[in-house]
Amino acid sequence: MFPALSVLIVLPVLGAIAVAVLPKRRPELVFPVALAASILPLGMVLWVLWNFQVGEAGFQMLETAVWSETLGIGWKLGIDGISLFLVVLTAVLFPLAIAASRSIEDRTKAYMVSMLVLEAGLLGVFLSLDLLVFFAFFEIVLVPMYLLIGIWGSGNRAYAAIKFVLYTAFGSAFLLAGIIALGLITGDRIGATASFDFRDMLGVGLPASTQLWLFAAFGIAFAIKVPLFPLHTWLPDAHTEAPTAGSVVLAGVLLKMGTYGFLRFNLTLFPQASVDLAEVMAVLGVIGIIYGAAVAIVQPDVKRLVAYSSISHLGFILLGTFALTRQGIEGGVFQMVSHGLTTGALFLLIGMLYDRRHTRRIDAYGGIASVMPIYAGVFLFMAFASAGLPSLSGFVGEFTILLGSYLTLPGLAVVAGFGVILAAIYLLWAYERIFTGPVVHPENEGLADLGFREIAIVAPLVVLIVALGVYPKPMFDRIGPSVDAVIERIESGTGYVAPIPGPTLVVRAGETGED
Amino acid sequence: MTDLIWLLIALPALGAAVLVFFGRRIGEPAAGWLATATVAGSFAVAVAAGAGFVTGDLHPTTIDLFSWIPTLGVDATLLWDPLAVTMTFVVTGVGALIHLYAIGYMHGDPRFGRFFAYLNLFIASMLTLVLAGNFAVMFVGWELVGLSSYLLISFWFEKPSAAAAGKKAFIVNRIGDWGFLVALMIVFAAFGTLDFGTVFESAPEVLSVGTATAITLLLLVGATGKSAQLPLYVWLPDAMEGPTPVSALIHAATMVTAGVYMIARTGALFELAPVSQAVVATVGVLTALFAATIAISQRDIKRVLAYSTISQIGYMIFGVGMAAYTAGMFHLVTHAFFKALLFLGAGSVIHALGGEQDMRKMGGLRKVMPVTFWTMVIAWLAISGVFPLAGFWSKDEILGAAFAKGGLYTGLWAIGLFTAFLTAFYMTRWLAMTFLGQPRWSDDAHPHESPWVMTGPLVVLALASTFAGALNTPWRLAFEHFLEPSFELVTQSLPPENIGVVVALAGLSLILVLFGIAVAWRRYTTAELPAEAGRFWYVTLHGYWIDEVYGRVFVLPGKALSAWFARVLDGTVIDGFVNGLGRTVRGFGAAMSTLQSGWVRSYAAVFGVGVLVLLVWTLVRGGVI
Repeated sequence: MFPALSVLIVLPVLGAIAVAVLPKRRPELVFPVALAASILPLGMVLWVLWNFQVGEAGFQMLETAVWSETLGIGWKLGIDGISLFLVVLTAVLFPLAIAASRSIEDRTKAYMVSMLVLEAGLLGVFLSLDLLVFFAFFEIVLVPMYLLIGIWGSGNRAYAAIKFVLYTAFGSAFLLAGIIALGLITGDRIGATASFDFRDMLGVGLPASTQLWLFAAFGIAFAIKVPLFPLHTWLPDAHTEAPTAGSVVLAGVLLKMGTYGFLRFNLTLFPQASVDLAEVMAVLGVIGIIYGAAVAIVQPDVKRLVAYSSISHLGFILLGTFALTRQGIEGGVFQMVSHGLTTGALFLLIGMLYDRRHTRRIDAYGGIASVMPIYAGVFLFMAFASAGLPSLSGFVGEFTILLGSYLTLPGLAVVAGFGVILAAIYLLWAYERIFTGPVVHPENEGLADLGFREIAIVAPLVVLIVALGVYPKPMFDRIGPSVDAVIERIESGTGYVAPIPGPTLVVRAGETGED
Repeated sequence: MTDLIWLLIALPALGAAVLVFFGRRIGEPAAGWLATATVAGSFAVAVAAGAGFVTGDLHPTTIDLFSWIPTLGVDATLLWDPLAVTMTFVVTGVGALIHLYAIGYMHGDPRFGRFFAYLNLFIASMLTLVLAGNFAVMFVGWELVGLSSYLLISFWFEKPSAAAAGKKAFIVNRIGDWGFLVALMIVFAAFGTLDFGTVFESAPEVLSVGTATAITLLLLVGATGKSAQLPLYVWLPDAMEGPTPVSALIHAATMVTAGVYMIARTGALFELAPVSQAVVATVGVLTALFAATIAISQRDIKRVLAYSTISQIGYMIFGVGMAAYTAGMFHLVTHAFFKALLFLGAGSVIHALGGEQDMRKMGGLRKVMPVTFWTMVIAWLAISGVFPLAGFWSKDEILGAAFAKGGLYTGLWAIGLFTAFLTAFYMTRWLAMTFLGQPRWSDDAHPHESPWVMTGPLVVLALASTFAGALNTPWRLAFEHFLEPSFELVTQSLPPENIGVVVALAGLSLILVLFGIAVAWRRYTTAELPAEAGRFWYVTLHGYWIDEVYGRVFVLPGKALSAWFARVLDGTVIDGFVNGLGRTVRGFGAAMSTLQSGWVRSYAAVFGVGVLVLLVWTLVRGGVI
């Protein structure tokens, strides 16, 4: 069979090599070659999307190449409804992020190589079925991201980059410990020294106490990535100081490594611990929703504002995931993609304004809608998309999460609903200060509106956001079976029963009802 | 024909899409005509598809368009029944007239095309709201009308007050939407579906009184936001920053009545929660009184109408709250006519005076603007509730139903009756200060009658305001019969059956109304305007300073808390800890290795700690497994 997934990961690597060997005297080639190298995986992803079997719950397009039988390590790739759209999202955002990197003039080659390696790493994270390989990709992602922030970032970039790496490395240490421990336990069960095959691990019934420890080891790494309060303070610095493309990828895809990790590994491998800790995790998610939004309101820097809004939006995903209901989890997967599109777009837009004025301070603007009407229109569209306006993708995700979470965690779902109010406050207040009123600063009077290239960058996102908001069914059709499998796994591994909404829900275990 | 009702939404939506992208190129006035045509087209479709309900040939029909959110079992579903037809007629009928009027009113605006794009977007959103066949689709329309409202209030965004008003409207509405959203969570959990038909039919078996009360009170929270009731009414007076056709269409005739419609639509749930019904009715009548006392002293020609709208919607909420659905909807329809008319008349005056909105600088306009004046006379009599104009019938039907219900509702009836007196008073003051007495406008103003595209809609609406009462008179309950199929699951509160009592009640309210008119007439048709000094006028002129109170109690502390989170919790506490840890680790790293520098060192150090943990852990586990 055609190794589509391997090709998908290798393509950006080949692209990175191609960019690296470009002759020094032809710097003008770097941008088109890098752009082309990021578009190729998109083509490959469309092939994967086309050949993906709808209705299948398990992994598809499997590839296995065992490296060590005794240690149980191998190159094992597969894709299911949970990873499918994260892969698509990655492949969609990278070409746009690279296209938006025209203004990078310093060490362009190294920059593009970093971007392409980053793409390969992220695709690897979502496609790996061997946990050591997964971990390797998880760590590889760190390097180009560190370079992107540290070299091409702005202002306080050194601090931001180191903070990003320290936080993440801290979590990674626990993750590696957890993976190795789980690998050894799995090996023991199947009669080998170790096995890091995810599917082997699924077969191991772990005692509750072990689950708890491993849940914590994996969970810390993922919680930092999401990020969960109070492990979130790397995010505003990293997002704000990163170059535009870095912020786009960071918010759009990197954060989802955390939510993906929770869903893929914690829920299925440690079901009992997940059930036991569900409420704690959901509470942390809801704290993130409210806290992130509240802090976003008062940010004087528009990029920092959007960064904090990500904490709020990712909190919704966590709430949905740990509500342990089909609707909550499916909504969470949907929201991962939707947030990638809307927040990615907001960072792209902020970058376009930054390219013109070289400041992100909200009070440096005012009345921009008069000078840049198209830009203002697109920005407002994205602001409403991010605020979860119905008929756009953000609503579908948040609505599904909230309705799904209410089934098991009613109090938390009700509080999470306040996040929707706060989102309107921070986004519309920022829009008011940047775009409306008279043009108060003379520097802003001559700003050029979006050009053709810039419109071409945001237009695909606008189209996708509307399409997913109006007709999300194709996505849910593919996500659904895989999420059902997760739920079934939790149910079979524990005494937990995922609620089915409706009149039967009223009678819960322990309450005998009227008769 | 019924399966084509998606066209109702699609036509204005298409108009909006075309005008957003090509509005500037299409230009003035073609963009306006295009927008008007799409709404008129929707009206035509509505008439063709809805006629069957008048003749009785058609039954309520659900149209399933496509599967929307499969995991929630939510489809894009439309419901075509007499209640939806009523709303659709009002939205597209009044909407088309106001589009036409706006062609004249917005003449010369640099964003002429954009304005009509937003107006069309509003019509499409509002029709989504009223045609929805389930709660989710209704919520889509519910929020999208909020978006259109935001866009249109802050249409002249260069003006900071307009931009702020738009933002305020959306945020206050979102507070209400939170209630709606939580109600949907409970409905979904309880029924496993959001479909209107299933929910309403199975509600009596499924819902306990407590759950029904929770759902309906949360729906009321939603209604108080959208329909500008206590305590969330504060956005509507500010919304007058929008162009006047917007005030007429969105903030008087249609969008703000969405809460009334929603309560009528979900009547089957309110039926199970008598407490909620009492709360809704009380909120409605108190809002009616409260807003009327503020309307009395406003000096801005549009702000009087804004508070009047809040007050009149209070009547409607009062009606649907006590399950007098026909009466509430009847008042919604007549109010749409006469309040749209009043706003368009106000717009005509503002247009004529070059933007002047202060009534103290008006007066004596009856001679120079005869068409506007005479149509305003009709509107004034209609809203005041003078026999035989429209407002008389619909308002008195609500009051009659309250009287017949007795108990708590007798008290509410008395408040409603007193509010009728206030209404007559402030509307007479409004008419007198604007059109009667001596001219007080400045010398450089040259008021003139508006062009036909503006006066035409005034005349049509004046005719409707005159005769709409005939839809439902105690002797011929046509509207009630028309709506019957929509209210089969509920028990309606009706006015007293004894015609003598009905006539006596109507006579009583008519006497109060005429008294209110007489008092105001004496006061405001004098050569000099009365001073309106004194504590009462001062307090109500400022709307009891509710905005300022909200600012002090909610906005300021909220911002302070956010700032504290950002500065102290994030900055000092968490980052202080992290930075301290970073320094320590760096020191630790330096101790381990002097060869490396920078982040690699720290990375290695942290990693070292991790591997150490790992080793210890495996050793411990090793003994166990």
